[in-house]
Amino acid sequence: MLWLPALVALGLIVLPVIGLVVRAPWSRFGALVTSESALSALGLSLRTATVSTLLCVMFGGPLAVVLARGAVPGLRFLRSVVLLPLVLPPVVGGLALLYLLGISGFAGYALDVAFGVRVPFTTAAVVLAQTFVAMPFLVVSLEGALRTGGERYESIAATLGATPLTVLRRITVPLVLPGLGSGTVLSFARCLGEFGATIAFAGSLQGVTRTLPLEIYLEREVDPDGAIALSLVLVVVAIVVIVVGRPRSLPGLR
Amino acid sequence: MSAGLYAEVVVRRGEFTLDATVRVAPGEVVAVLGRNGSGKSTLLAAIAGLLRPDRGRIVLDDRVLTDTAAGLALAPHRRRIGLLAQQPLLFPHLSVLDNVAFGPRAVGTRRRAARDVARHHLAEVDATQFARRRPGRLSGGQAQRVALARALASDPELLLLDEPLSALDVEFAPALRSLLQKVLADRIALVVSHQVIDALVLADRVVVLEGGRVVEQGRTREVLSRPRSAFAARLAGLNLVSGTATEGGLGADDGTELAGLTDSTVLGAPAVAVFTPAAVAVQVHPPTGNPDNVIADRVAALEPNGTMVRVRGAAGLAADITPAAAVELGLRSGCAVWLEVKAAEVAIYPMHVAASDINPTQDRNPR
Repeated sequence: MLWLPALVALGLIVLPVIGLVVRAPWSRFGALVTSESALSALGLSLRTATVSTLLCVMFGGPLAVVLARGAVPGLRFLRSVVLLPLVLPPVVGGLALLYLLGISGFAGYALDVAFGVRVPFTTAAVVLAQTFVAMPFLVVSLEGALRTGGERYESIAATLGATPLTVLRRITVPLVLPGLGSGTVLSFARCLGEFGATIAFAGSLQGVTRTLPLEIYLEREVDPDGAIALSLVLVVVAIVVIVVGRPRSLPGLR
Repeated sequence: MSAGLYAEVVVRRGEFTLDATVRVAPGEVVAVLGRNGSGKSTLLAAIAGLLRPDRGRIVLDDRVLTDTAAGLALAPHRRRIGLLAQQPLLFPHLSVLDNVAFGPRAVGTRRRAARDVARHHLAEVDATQFARRRPGRLSGGQAQRVALARALASDPELLLLDEPLSALDVEFAPALRSLLQKVLADRIALVVSHQVIDALVLADRVVVLEGGRVVEQGRTREVLSRPRSAFAARLAGLNLVSGTATEGGLGADDGTELAGLTDSTVLGAPAVAVFTPAAVAVQVHPPTGNPDNVIADRVAALEPNGTMVRVRGAAGLAADITPAAAVELGLRSGCAVWLEVKAAEVAIYPMHVAASDINPTQDRNPR
């Protein structure tokens, strides 16, 4: 008797999307998604999400290695800390960033006084907000891959005469590549969908901080058809992400 | 200094301390036997350089690999020590051929030449037909053969085998064991195992580790026929009672007196009495005659042992009796028994072996 609740769960995921498709203004679809504000929001979303994902890989990658291979005390605690943005409501994350880097926050005040730099309500703030919420996806995926990949393969490679650099290049990286790939794609998707932290920390200025989700939210008030059309664009992106980034396992690895 | 391996290793891990010295002569295969947690794998990891000992000195063919006193620890990839672990650990993203070619490639051999070396070693372990497969598509026995070829292809000066057969199905182990015997014939190797058959088939000498210390070592034949430690006796399927030598016998640690055939024992020195389970007669009433040795005990367990029934005493002794006798006596777990052994069946010899017996064999003794 599991199929009934299972069907309910599946329906909850699939039916809303179908609702969106059914209600879509197909005759005006092209015009709606190519309006100036829509294109500007889409462009901004793609640019910021790309930069944020790169930042996640650049900084989250090493963090994952440290968490998977490090031998310092308190690593378990650090591992939980990394999950914080995952469980925190994004709008709270945005407020936290604002009270760190806003003019009233200690880091924001210092930046303003020292360099005259103000982060909130800029495109940089969008990137920071997205990186904040997407980082755990990358770290968790990659750390998992590093753990299952295991140090044992690396030890064996070393006994076969491989230098640490060769081990990294020919064993570690190939083994974690699927994990890194899915982590990157998931992070990108999370960046693209980011709403709460962005609106709290970066506001909603067209062309500067108004990403696609923010545009959809505003458009909903003025022209629901436009909001639906843009939503469908995000649905398509999400499906592509799931197909491309679905975590795959190498034969024999698990 | 001499050729071969000299490894003196001290590793402390919390309560546990490994403190062992092992020598392997050129062309010799030494088996390290011991229970789980006796420090066998730790010893191998220290020799391979995967673990830094707290104190130690490891020398292989006049090359110093580890010398904690001099602060020297050669990295694993510069030791030329091959490792075959319990799991094959074939790299899942490389084909079987490229797995075996990994070692030659790692030291700079060109791809084509490395693959030629790999093919040679795959043929050596009779696994040529798997060359193009992915490791995930091999059975456990096939994968372990490929892992052996991979270890050989890196041309190691010393081969470490960490229970290489224990993860295999019973039906595949004998074939790989014969293969190892063939391959190890002209190599220097250290085999860790807790199975006596591995020592018998593969090793010239055995070293018995217990609680991180070498409790016994010697030629395989010698250790298995005249064990001096409880673990070696158990491996060899013999009863062993430790104590001190007395006139014509042994005073066991628990106070029992055992009469037996003494051999070069020194009065008052630590000694062991050894006898086969088949030499033990079991009675359920106190003996009326005057047998040489009687040990009062309780039955801990009854187990099948070939066509016989093995009676395990609570004190650790074993007796083999016929099923008919077991039924006749009405034996069951917990019942009181008297174990009788004739003095002529009990061999008593010193617990500590003379130094001349533990040196590595200079030339291989016939197996």
